[in-house]
Amino acid sequence: MVEFALPKNSKITGGKTWPKPAGATELREFKVYRWNPDDGKNPSVDTYYVDTNDCGPMVLDGLIWIKNHIDPSLTFRRSCREGVCGSCAMNIDGQNTLACTRSMHDVKDGAVKVNPLPHQPVVKDLVPDLTNFYAQYASVEPWLKTTSPTPQKEWRQSHQDREKLDGLYECILCACCSTSCPSYWWNSERYLGPAALLQANRWVSDSRDEATGERLDNLEDPFRLYRCHTIMNCAKACPKGLNPAEAIAELKLKMVERQI
Amino acid sequence: MSATDTPKRSMRTPLGRVRNLGAAHSGTSDFWRQRITGVAMTLLMIPVVVIVMMLLGRNQAGAAQILGSLPIAVILLLFIAASAWHMKIGMQVVIEDYVHNEKLKLIAIMLNNFFSVAVALASTYAILKLSSGV
Repeated sequence: MVEFALPKNSKITGGKTWPKPAGATELREFKVYRWNPDDGKNPSVDTYYVDTNDCGPMVLDGLIWIKNHIDPSLTFRRSCREGVCGSCAMNIDGQNTLACTRSMHDVKDGAVKVNPLPHQPVVKDLVPDLTNFYAQYASVEPWLKTTSPTPQKEWRQSHQDREKLDGLYECILCACCSTSCPSYWWNSERYLGPAALLQANRWVSDSRDEATGERLDNLEDPFRLYRCHTIMNCAKACPKGLNPAEAIAELKLKMVERQI
Repeated sequence: MSATDTPKRSMRTPLGRVRNLGAAHSGTSDFWRQRITGVAMTLLMIPVVVIVMMLLGRNQAGAAQILGSLPIAVILLLFIAASAWHMKIGMQVVIEDYVHNEKLKLIAIMLNNFFSVAVALASTYAILKLSSGV
């Protein structure tokens, strides 16, 4: 059966409260998930106090401030700090999102609670192991597939056909959607998840691609595609405002369309 | 879940694990049938409720008289077929979602099929028996 509870060695126990920074006038409490693969201990939630007058407004700014001023061992991914790279995806105050675009002032009550993306193996602290997620993306073969001779200049596309890719090509593969999906939690080995399916639809919808049928064949499976139960967590979580559930519905529609 | 808890670690590549046995090339029929039966049940719901209310408080002879009407019997038979089919597909989805032990899953899906067919046949038999006045 599906595991509804965390394994024994993943249960959160205790946590350290770090001293408040001296001389700070405005503090914000952060509760951050910690797990170190090397110490053999269970995960914990540490409490930090961030001087908001000394750092930027985003949750990522707070985490960087903690790393620079309080605890250099705090581990998380970050790169562009402006919502383009998708590296800093994490669960903030119960919602999967990007730490760089979520303001700590938007977290209304109490502490800013920061956890790694749910239901993924943890590498350390806030860093999830996304190996399976990336392999699922690779499995949809996200590149143009053609058999016609390559044109001398470029593969042409009308403005109308190009517009069909809007809402699909913007995905930054942060994994917020897939890791917010209960169906993906229970069947991540077999269900491709919202992100990979949105990308699959991006290539199925591309007028220049000549492998549409082959792509649909590859997706037509009770688990790969049809585990989507329209829960819509993916659309709620997407920090880029995309709608993977709609992309999946379009894929299902195309499956039916070619049968009847 | 921590990294050390990752189940069934193997030396297979991540892409090999994702591709696994390949696509089943099925699922669309069940998806489509679930929609058809869902729409059918929505359309049939009001007539069925009316018929059930007409049957309330009547004895067997009274019920047989109402069900002797062809349109009423057909509506009930259609509702039974749609709902049994819908129930079978829906329960199978739930089993596939939550039961991960392959043997247990096969047994549960088999029992689900048997149960749905049995419920559909028993209900159909009851309607036919009453509507034919036997």
